Amino acid sequence: MSVTATTTSEERFAQATQLQLTWWRFCRHRLALISLGVVAFFYLIVIFADFLAIADPHATDARRSFIPPQGISLFDDGAWRPHVSGLKGVRDPKTFKLAYAPDPTRKVPVQMFVHGYAYNLFGLIPTDLHLFGTEKGQAIDGIFLMGTDQLGRDLFSRLVVATRISLSIGLAGVAFSLMLGILLGGISGLYGGVVDTVIQRLIEVVRSIPTIPLWMGLAAALPNTWSVTQVYFAITLIISLVSWTELARVVRGRFLALREEDFVIAAELAGASQLRIILRHMLPSFASHVIAAVSLALPVMIVSETSLSFLGLGLRPPAISWGILLQDAQNVQVLAGAPWLLCAAIPVIIVILAFNFLGDGLRDAADPYG
Amino acid sequence: MLIYVARRLALALITCAAISVLTFVIIRLPPGDFVDAYIANLAVGGSSVSADQAEAMRHEYGLDRPVPVQYALWIVRVVQGDFGVSMVWKRPVTEVIGDRLWLTMAVSIAALFLTWTIALPIGIYSAARQYSIGDYIATTLGFIGLAVPNFLLALILMYLGFRYLGLSVGGLFSPDLAQAPWSWAKAWDLMVHLPLPACVLALAGTAQLVRIMRANLLDELRKPYVMTARAKGIGEIRVLVKYPVRAALNPFVSSSAYLFPYLVSGSIVVSLVLGLPTVGPLLLQALVAQDMFLAGTIVLLLGILTVLGTLISDLLLMWVEPRIRLQGRA
Repeated sequence: MSVTATTTSEERFAQATQLQLTWWRFCRHRLALISLGVVAFFYLIVIFADFLAIADPHATDARRSFIPPQGISLFDDGAWRPHVSGLKGVRDPKTFKLAYAPDPTRKVPVQMFVHGYAYNLFGLIPTDLHLFGTEKGQAIDGIFLMGTDQLGRDLFSRLVVATRISLSIGLAGVAFSLMLGILLGGISGLYGGVVDTVIQRLIEVVRSIPTIPLWMGLAAALPNTWSVTQVYFAITLIISLVSWTELARVVRGRFLALREEDFVIAAELAGASQLRIILRHMLPSFASHVIAAVSLALPVMIVSETSLSFLGLGLRPPAISWGILLQDAQNVQVLAGAPWLLCAAIPVIIVILAFNFLGDGLRDAADPYG
Repeated sequence: MLIYVARRLALALITCAAISVLTFVIIRLPPGDFVDAYIANLAVGGSSVSADQAEAMRHEYGLDRPVPVQYALWIVRVVQGDFGVSMVWKRPVTEVIGDRLWLTMAVSIAALFLTWTIALPIGIYSAARQYSIGDYIATTLGFIGLAVPNFLLALILMYLGFRYLGLSVGGLFSPDLAQAPWSWAKAWDLMVHLPLPACVLALAGTAQLVRIMRANLLDELRKPYVMTARAKGIGEIRVLVKYPVRAALNPFVSSSAYLFPYLVSGSIVVSLVLGLPTVGPLLLQALVAQDMFLAGTIVLLLGILTVLGTLISDLLLMWVEPRIRLQGRA
């Protein structure tokens, strides 16, 4: 019985395609698998950002300034009745600062699929449906899972919507640097000789320049009159101008290694064109390495954008990104009064960690001798 | 070895040239030229410049000539030590920058040494005692170091310091010494304040180097020569340090070469959060005010000093790593 079991599993192993083998190796990495789930979850948030948001992320209201985070109570008198307690403003008799305290006499019911602010689902379908929220009532009768900022904007909603820009700028940036990296790395690895030396020196030069001052200089030179979209693309371009080197290095290394392989020489002797050799024979065997390098490059991009926006040189309000949210938390005095503003740091850390584990797992899985 | 040094020097020169071109681009990027900005600045103050005077200024700065000539004129001035005048401060750029550049370098170099001195022993320990509690702690700390951008770490530390210790952890000097001229007391004060920002900066790099060192040393330790050494009865520490550690140093060394630019980069953002008197806050101010000569000079000097720092660290590591010394001969 056990003998047949082994043979079938061995057969399965022998017949598996390269992709399947990689996938099996990847599944052995528990942490990488979990990270894949986390990353997928965050990109789902990107797609359904407006649906998940509770309040309009741009709507300001001075009456809701600096409300601390609230929890949702699920039961009321033992019955399933999710609610948040109402709030009342209390003035500190000494500092005259307005603080919010829960008002136990009022309960604000939480409802599923409520109508809120209008938006376009997937950028196409106009709707005003949101996953959960409260019926419209007083200005301070809302759900503030992570509190509000100085201008009374709901931090949770802003964080959810910020995910869209922060994670997509990473993808766009990686796409740019992948193009540069594959082009230059490919040329470098394919032709070798003088071209290779020049490109290698270029990479060394780019890598030895401190990136942040350079980014700051370039980003600050963007005209003030540019729209949010223009700035977005300019920032993506600036970030990827510096980060293509690692990808180019990986691509070049693979090209150099594969150039000498028997199957490439065989294809050459069989009269295949250079383009066909690259696309049909070489690309499949290094695609997984490139994917791994990409997933390691993504967190770098995300941190870069966050840092630039944090400094006020990246995206500018009204755009919302993690860096812009963290900008509010720059001041210790503000932070001491409203520590919940640091919430914006949590998704940054989780996403970077997840991408790093994912990249590690993919890199190990892509290596057939690992 | 001489070939190696010569190659490094040549590369450093090319890098400096590339940085100077990029700086020139940054200075010229904002719409309008330096004279336009200067006139606008004067207009705010109430005085005005006639068209003739503006033309004369343009001529003096060579702004009426083709761009490559302008670059050449600019670079000649820079080499002579004339970096131009800061528009916001109305003083020569070098005066405005003053000590800040050296403090930036002090913070970055302290972080570099900290990274090396922490990463090496932890990396060796993690590999030698794989899957021990210490290894797990080091790995976990490593992942945190990797995932928390250093400006966030600075922010969180500053908040915790303010909240629970009631003190402001920022700055490089005590308030009473900040404006004082240099003295032994001030230098000592700097030494006391340096560890925190250096630690914040060093964490990410340390995490990376520990991982690299651990992985490489583990590969080395599985090789037969280590078993041979053990079989011959050589003490455990000697077995570890004599060959495998030295062999595992190579990738460690080559990734260290890119550490310094990374640290200088990070110090800019961390300085802003922690309020360090480095060029970081000055650069941000200059960029926001479009004071391009000041900003350009900071980028240029920072870039060149980074290249120098990398060069020195390369040469230091060459002394540690014989294989690099021999590379040039092959």
